This record gives sequence, C-alpha cells and structure tokens, in this order.
Amino acid sequence: MPDVGVMVPLVAIFGGLIWLLVRAIRGREVERRVIFIFIFVAVATPILFPITFQEHATPVVKDLFDRIENLPPGSTILMSFDFDPAMAPEVQPMANALARHSLTREHKIVFMCLWATGQSLLNTTLEYVIKPDFPHLVDGVDFVNVGYKAGNEGVLNVIVSDFKKMFPTDVNGVPLDSIEIFDKVGSCRDFDLILTVGGGRPGPKEWVLFVGDPANVPIGAGVAAVVAPQLYPYYPRQVIGILGGIKGAAEYESELAQTHPRFEDMEKPGLRMMGPQTLAHVVIMAFIVIGNIAFFRGRRGRKTE
Amino acid sequence: MNRSTYIVVGVVVVLFLLSWILKAVSLSGEDHRYILHGFLITMSAFLTLAIFSFLYRDNPFYKFAEHLFVGVSAAFWMTQGFWSTIVGNLIPRLSAGFSEFFMVPHQPSPWNIAYWIPVILGILLLMRLSAKYGWLSRWPLALIVGTTAGLNFVRYLRSDFIVQVSSTFVPLLGREPHQWQGGGAFISHLDLSATGQLAALLTNWIIFLGVFCGIVYFFFSKEHTGVFGRASRVGIWVLMITFGASFGYTVMGRISLLVGRVTFLFRDWLELIS
Repeated sequence: MPDVGVMVPLVAIFGGLIWLLVRAIRGREVERRVIFIFIFVAVATPILFPITFQEHATPVVKDLFDRIENLPPGSTILMSFDFDPAMAPEVQPMANALARHSLTREHKIVFMCLWATGQSLLNTTLEYVIKPDFPHLVDGVDFVNVGYKAGNEGVLNVIVSDFKKMFPTDVNGVPLDSIEIFDKVGSCRDFDLILTVGGGRPGPKEWVLFVGDPANVPIGAGVAAVVAPQLYPYYPRQVIGILGGIKGAAEYESELAQTHPRFEDMEKPGLRMMGPQTLAHVVIMAFIVIGNIAFFRGRRGRKTE
Repeated sequence: MNRSTYIVVGVVVVLFLLSWILKAVSLSGEDHRYILHGFLITMSAFLTLAIFSFLYRDNPFYKFAEHLFVGVSAAFWMTQGFWSTIVGNLIPRLSAGFSEFFMVPHQPSPWNIAYWIPVILGILLLMRLSAKYGWLSRWPLALIVGTTAGLNFVRYLRSDFIVQVSSTFVPLLGREPHQWQGGGAFISHLDLSATGQLAALLTNWIIFLGVFCGIVYFFFSKEHTGVFGRASRVGIWVLMITFGASFGYTVMGRISLLVGRVTFLFRDWLELIS
C-alpha cells in the first residue's frame, strides 16, 4: 500500500505546516528542532515510498551528453574522481552515468583522482558499475585506473605537459608505457575529453584553470550543487557541459536511458533522489513563507507599540 | 558523570551490541565475513546517528564522532600521500633497493638534484613538530605559498578575468545557429524552446544588462541617483537573484547528503528498502 504510506506523512507534513502558519500569525515562536523533524519526514517518506518525476536534459547537461555521444568510438577520455564520501551521494551517480555512457560508446577511459578519498569511491564505480555492466571490458585495455597523487594543482600543472611523469604506473604497478591507451597519450592535451567529477578544491574549477584553458582541452564537469553556481560562468566556452547537483545527475540518467534502452532498467539514484529533493524543497519554501509572515507580523506589532 | 549519563551510555552500548548481533545474523547467509561486516555497518549507523544527535544539542557522542572523523581523515590523507607520491613517484627514481622493498617498478634515472630538493623540503616541513627547530618549517612553507600564489595568479588572470571578460562580449542579436535575419524572419520562425533564438537572445541580453548593472552597483565615484541609480537598483536585484540561486543549490546539495545518509540507514542498516 505505497499510496497510503505516502499520503499519511504528506498529510502530517502539510497539516503541521498549517499549524505552524497559524502559530506564526499569532506571533508564537517555533522550536528549531520542529523544523528538523519536518525536513526528516519530508526526506524519509519518498525514500520509503518512492515518488518519481520525469526529467528532461537541459541544454547545459545535453551539451555534455551530446559531446560524449558524438565522439568517435575509441576516443580517449580522462575521468577524475575528486570527491569524498560526504559528497558521494550527490556526485557518484554522475560519475557512474558518465562512465556507463563513455564505455557504451566504446571510448577508452583513464580514471584518476586528485582526492585521496576518491580512490575508494572510484573502486566502487569499477566494482559495482563497470564490471557488472561491461563484463567484456578489460582493465588496462579498455580502461585504466592510475589512482591518486598528492599535490592538488601541482599534479595538474605536471600532467598538463607530461602525464607519465606524475603517473608512471597504474594502481597495480603496471608501467603506463606498456599500456596501449597511453601509446597516443603523452599529456592532457592528447585526451579527447576530460571529465571531472567533484565539488571541492581541487576540483572542476582547478581543472579549468590549470588544464582546460592552458591546454585547450574540452572539459565536462559533474559538480556538487554547492559549487555549481561558481562553475556556470565557464559554460559554454571553458566548460562544455555541467551536471549541477543531483538534478544534473537525474537529467543525465534520464537522457542516457532514453538514448540507450539497455540502461532503462539500470539503477538511477539521481532520479530516485529527486522525490525527497522535491518534497524537502516544498517544505523549505513553506518555512521561508511562514518565517516571513512571522517577521512582518512581528515588525508591525513593534511599530504599533 | 552523573547517573543519567551512565544510563544513556549503557542504553547506547546495549543497542549497539544488539544491532551488531542482529545485523551479523541477517548477513550470515550471504557473507562469510558477516561478523566484521555486521560491526562495520552498525558502526557506520552509530556514527551517522551520533553526528545527527547534534541537531538536538551538543553531546559526548557527537564529539566522539567528530574527533574520530578528523583523526581518521588526517591519517588517511597522510598514508595515501605517502604511498602514492613518495613510494609511487620518488622511491622508484631514487633507489633500486628501496623500489624492491616497496614492490614498485624501479625507474633507472641519472642522479638528479630535482628529486632531492622536495625530499629536503619535506623533512624541513616536518620540523614543525620540533620546538627547537620549528622555525625551519617556514622555508618550505614560504616556497609553497609563493609558488601557489604565482601559479594561481597567472591561471586566475587568464581564466577568471581575461576569458570571462571576453565571454561577456556576447552578440546581442544572436549568432550561429541563431543569426539575426531581421524582425520578420524572427517572428515568422519564432521558437519558444530553451534552445531557440528567443531564448538565446534573452540570455545574451540578460548577461549584458546583468553584468553592466552589477558593475554600476559597485561604482561609487558617482552618486546613485537618476538613471544611474535605477541601473544600480537593477544591479542589486541581479546580485540578490545570484545569491538566491546559490542558496537554492546549497539546499539541494545538503538535502542530497541527508538523502544519502537516510538511505544508508534505511537500506543497509535497517533493511527497510531494497
């Protein structure tokens, strides 16, 4: 009975909001923990009883999708996992969708990380996405994981001119000189596309500053929502497309499933998370309205006194 | 610690053990390391709830989780840095013996002082731990700050200033594939989609007017009255809309993180969803 499961919390949430509105109109304070409970219920309900929405790729997402779609098969893509477990719920769905799309178009991917924590999350993508979905692909032939290097922008500053200087081997200790993908890759300039997924520093912004602009390499970014507004000014000239927050991930997953029917039944965490997002946003907007009513009412009361 | 604190700690310990046992039992059929994985999932759930407990008020469980997170993060980054960069990049270029010891392929190369300078600077950086020789750490720190400032200056000047300024010079009547063909052609081929000519024109005008009015707002050499004042008011609106968009995105980001943790609690810990 998922409908009843959804309806009861929804009635509780909106009934509670009306109760708060009445309290605000009467000029009474609201305990901050009440707000936390509302947000928790608004987030938990669609997780327990999924509510899904249709998503369509906006131009900023579609441009990146089209670029990967239209690259000739066998193109070489560098993909950097620059995030940590705290950011993972938001950006890992993007990384998974981008990896799926690139590999299904038969592109070669070089995986790397500028964050130490990215390595284990990259392994998660390799283990739970690439191996099950692409069992025929061979590590070291169709994709290669060169792992993490400390140095932040320093790493980018080196690989923009000499990739193997900073990454002499892959994570398994195999020299890059013996890996076929690197026969035609000497530096970042030789990649057909760079995909950076992250949201902190170093992240997509540093990739634009230290690699994209100096080497004139197209960069596509999947970013945590918090930093997405800072990256939009780079679109479309310095970044060819941006997946901003979980909404961007959901749009990309939707576009991938529509274009490649084999992914229709894949797990779509981005789309799944849009239900809690929507309900939580509605609750937050309601709180902003209630807060403003309380504020203006309080100000009018003070003026009257 | 008073009596109620002992009771709370005791209840949490009992719940932890109970969760561990139940989780291990539920994993026992499919996972041969079910005791370990049962503990890890229970520990993750405990730490998640400990962090969330701060929403009620500050407490020892929150402090424990916070300190553990900071300590583990620092140690994790340090060990990853050592194994990936010092063992991965430096050792193979310095010594065949060490390469063999760390089981990384040796890369024979002639003696090069460039490999030793970072080693010396790295050791000097660690002198910060010494009260007597701590001042030596200022040298590598100065180099790091200076180099970073120099590199960033050039990169930011190019990407965040020159290219951004040139990107602001947008054709107000559109460009390929939306080249302006005249008012008649524009109306007869009116396309209201997000990728149509109207949207492209509006976008370019908003960029132009938004940047212009935003700059006017920060121009303080003339009094903000008349037309200048109205442009300044528009500039404030542009700034407010930008801040609002940032706030909206921040809310989306934070809610995503909450969804991630709640999903973990419901799926991996409580097994309420598949």
